[in-house]
Amino acid sequence: MDRNPGAAEHPAADPDTTPDPDNPDPDTAAGRGTPVGRRVILGMLALGAGGMAAAPWLQRRLEKFLAVAAENDPTGVTGLLPNGGGFRYYSVTSSVPHKNAENYRLTVGGLVDKPAGYRLADLRALPQHRIIHDVQCVTGWRVPQTSFEGVRLATLLDAAGVRPGAGAVRFTCFDGAYSESLTLEQARRDDVLVALRMRDEPLGHSHGGPVRLYVAPMYFYKSAKWLSGIEVTHEVQPGYWEDRGYDVDAWVGKSNGRDDAATT
Amino acid sequence: MTWTPGSASRTDAMMPPRPDAHPGGPAPVRPAAHARTGPRPRVARFTPAERWIHRTTAVLLGTCVVSAACLYLPQLAELVGRRALVVTVHEWTGILTPVPTLLGLVSRAFRADLTRLNRFGPHDRRWLRAVLRRDTREGARPAGKFNAGQKLYAAYISGAVLVMAGTGLLMWFTDLAPLVWRISATFVHDWLALAVGIVLLGHIGMALGDPEARRGLRTGTVDRRWAAREHPLWRTDEDRDG
Repeated sequence: MDRNPGAAEHPAADPDTTPDPDNPDPDTAAGRGTPVGRRVILGMLALGAGGMAAAPWLQRRLEKFLAVAAENDPTGVTGLLPNGGGFRYYSVTSSVPHKNAENYRLTVGGLVDKPAGYRLADLRALPQHRIIHDVQCVTGWRVPQTSFEGVRLATLLDAAGVRPGAGAVRFTCFDGAYSESLTLEQARRDDVLVALRMRDEPLGHSHGGPVRLYVAPMYFYKSAKWLSGIEVTHEVQPGYWEDRGYDVDAWVGKSNGRDDAATT
Repeated sequence: MTWTPGSASRTDAMMPPRPDAHPGGPAPVRPAAHARTGPRPRVARFTPAERWIHRTTAVLLGTCVVSAACLYLPQLAELVGRRALVVTVHEWTGILTPVPTLLGLVSRAFRADLTRLNRFGPHDRRWLRAVLRRDTREGARPAGKFNAGQKLYAAYISGAVLVMAGTGLLMWFTDLAPLVWRISATFVHDWLALAVGIVLLGHIGMALGDPEARRGLRTGTVDRRWAAREHPLWRTDEDRDG
């Protein structure tokens, strides 16, 4: 202690550092010492609760700050921070085969008059539409103003000829496990694409390429990656995450117990 | 009876050796004395119960952190995949992390060490001040069985695990609380995870730098000189009982 500068040379002179024969262990002697440990634990709990209360405000501020930081960050470190912007890779299987222009096939079947199979070149030859919209994941991250380009799902459904009595569309993927569904009405929306390009580049494998579903108004788990099958069905069959508790109708901000701001 | 160099007020003659004191040597003796009696005796630091509490907690928390990394870091997520399985592992290891500590409360030695970790004395303030000033002189950093840094770490990680468990449960069982709570819980969980990860790396780094501290948790005993140097104010149970 400062009041006893000679302590280092003469430890016996300092009560703080010298064993006291009558009070051998300073940490266990009854009545001695402040319960700092307990206070730190309670402080952490208070901080957690305070963080919960301040989260909506803090998150907005941080998102803005990190979005700017991410643009000037050649190292990519900001991408690893919570809400640091950018996509995160989610796969439900251990590995996903790679498909390319030679071996990729998209089948359209089920309750249709003309089942069809599309190669990548066939899809590219159809009318392309481009959508710029925020991507919102149900786990919280958002990638603002991301462009997707591809064929409207409605185009493929019309080409196949949906039979009367059909009410939904089911999607399967070449990862072998993932599946999704939309009602027929949802599937015919203008902002639902069979996407071939993202951010004006061909869709890469880690983003679900060469072809993924893109359902702009819904949480991103509806936008099944590695799309390989489109099947028209009578009614909606819950998909992979929906079997595990996610909402089937996954409108951004109005489902899954979330109130995210609307995507634009 | 004490074994620290500063304990000149007592002599071995005052304290007859106890046969049950510790395997490997007679009752605690001063370094000068055991130099005559062959290999240096080791000091009991952790009971088997305490070592198992540390081990199981380390495995649970370690698995929880690794599974978190596999969910969170894109490169790892791409490598591992199997998202539903990794989520399950993360949830269960996370919620089970406090269990070894809670079960450990039946151990008297563990409860005694929790008391030691909880209480801060003047020597702990001194230790912290020396660390802040980077004062490495001998005697500048007085510590009992646990130094002030270890005490703060223990309290911090305990509080953090509880906050992570609470926010984690809100994300796990989405019907538990109103909608906005869940988003806030995600926010707190994500950022605290980062803070926990950094502090855990520090914890592991400190352990890697101190083989004798690791030996203490592996075998239960530590070298007498190490104890006198790192924890000069520590009195072992046998010291006190004697």
